[in-house]
Amino acid sequence: MKRSLALAVVLALPLALSLAPAAHAANEADYKTAYSAAEAAAKEAAGLRHQWTVTVSTLAAAKKAADGGDFDRAVAAAREAEALAKASVFQAISEKEAWKAMEIR
Amino acid sequence: MKARTSILLGSLSAALVALALTSPRVVAADKVDPVADAKAFQNFFFQKFPTVKHEDFVNGPYSMNEDMKRQWQEKEEFPPYEFALDAGKEMFATPFKNGKTYAHCFPNGGIGIRQNYPYFDEKEGKVVTLELALNRCREANGEAPYSYVKDEMASLTAYMAFTSRGKPMDIKIPDDPRALAAFENGKRYFYTRRGQLNFSCASCHVQSPGERIRAEILAPALGILNAMPIYRSEWSGMGTTSRRFITCNSQTRAVPLEPQADEYRDVEYFLSYVANGLPISGPGARP
Repeated sequence: MKRSLALAVVLALPLALSLAPAAHAANEADYKTAYSAAEAAAKEAAGLRHQWTVTVSTLAAAKKAADGGDFDRAVAAAREAEALAKASVFQAISEKEAWKAMEIR
Repeated sequence: MKARTSILLGSLSAALVALALTSPRVVAADKVDPVADAKAFQNFFFQKFPTVKHEDFVNGPYSMNEDMKRQWQEKEEFPPYEFALDAGKEMFATPFKNGKTYAHCFPNGGIGIRQNYPYFDEKEGKVVTLELALNRCREANGEAPYSYVKDEMASLTAYMAFTSRGKPMDIKIPDDPRALAAFENGKRYFYTRRGQLNFSCASCHVQSPGERIRAEILAPALGILNAMPIYRSEWSGMGTTSRRFITCNSQTRAVPLEPQADEYRDVEYFLSYVANGLPISGPGARP
């Protein structure tokens, strides 16, 4: 009995630890980290002249949420903006060759 | 030893012959050939829509849909761009503060020349559009430039297009590697997917002309600029070529470039060149 209890604790501990960050409320530092990563990716997309409107608006939403003190929402929006910006960078790079597939010849 | 040398020399010669035979093909595939591109572009639309008269492609969605065409023909009796045409005519004739007019800036006094724009300026090494030339004319005469997306520019270009109605588009590409590069850059821009919706200009105007996108019928890319500027009911006003490009970008959720960015100038050059021979129909009216 003692052994199986110990085993259960051993098994449950990593699970509890892995769930812990999700439960953790975001703070300003988390937001700043997430926002600067998103901003860097967005800057890269703009440099490639492939920025998406939704990246810009999602970045603005992140900032607005942070200004209002809602860091959970701010971090989520910043992460979404980063993902959007990275997708647009991927699009810009892949289209350097891929556009030819659509060309009328 | 001799046999070895001859085998080696033989292999080398064979390799050189193979290289000589294959390399021109590689060069040919990458060569910029506007004449072949224009021919292929026009043939694509002529074959896709065999019942549409060639000169009718410049009428955009009306060339694709009989009902819409009838409504447009009725509308043309009192065209919605008429006020812009009148304003443009007056603006064109009104002298600047220095006494000169737009006529001083353009060949033939600016009358009947729309079909030659955009052109490649060999001094600048870039494409010059009609909208850009108009603003340069204003600035050279001490006037502030107009917004590229607002009514004044649309009125001026509407008047200039009207004086060219029916004249075939006649864009030249000089034998200058920079002009060829501009054409190629315009072509690349036209076919490149952008925005969150992952659309290129061609996604709508090559792959789907005549199809509906929500309530609108998509215009074919062939001759799409011959009707510019246009009155759009959706805008409740006139729109320049710059406005059209910017709106198209936004609709795909791409951040538009600044008006008259090199890419926009080049795509205008590409689209106009491949429409060579088709008549100017601007100013146009669209839903």
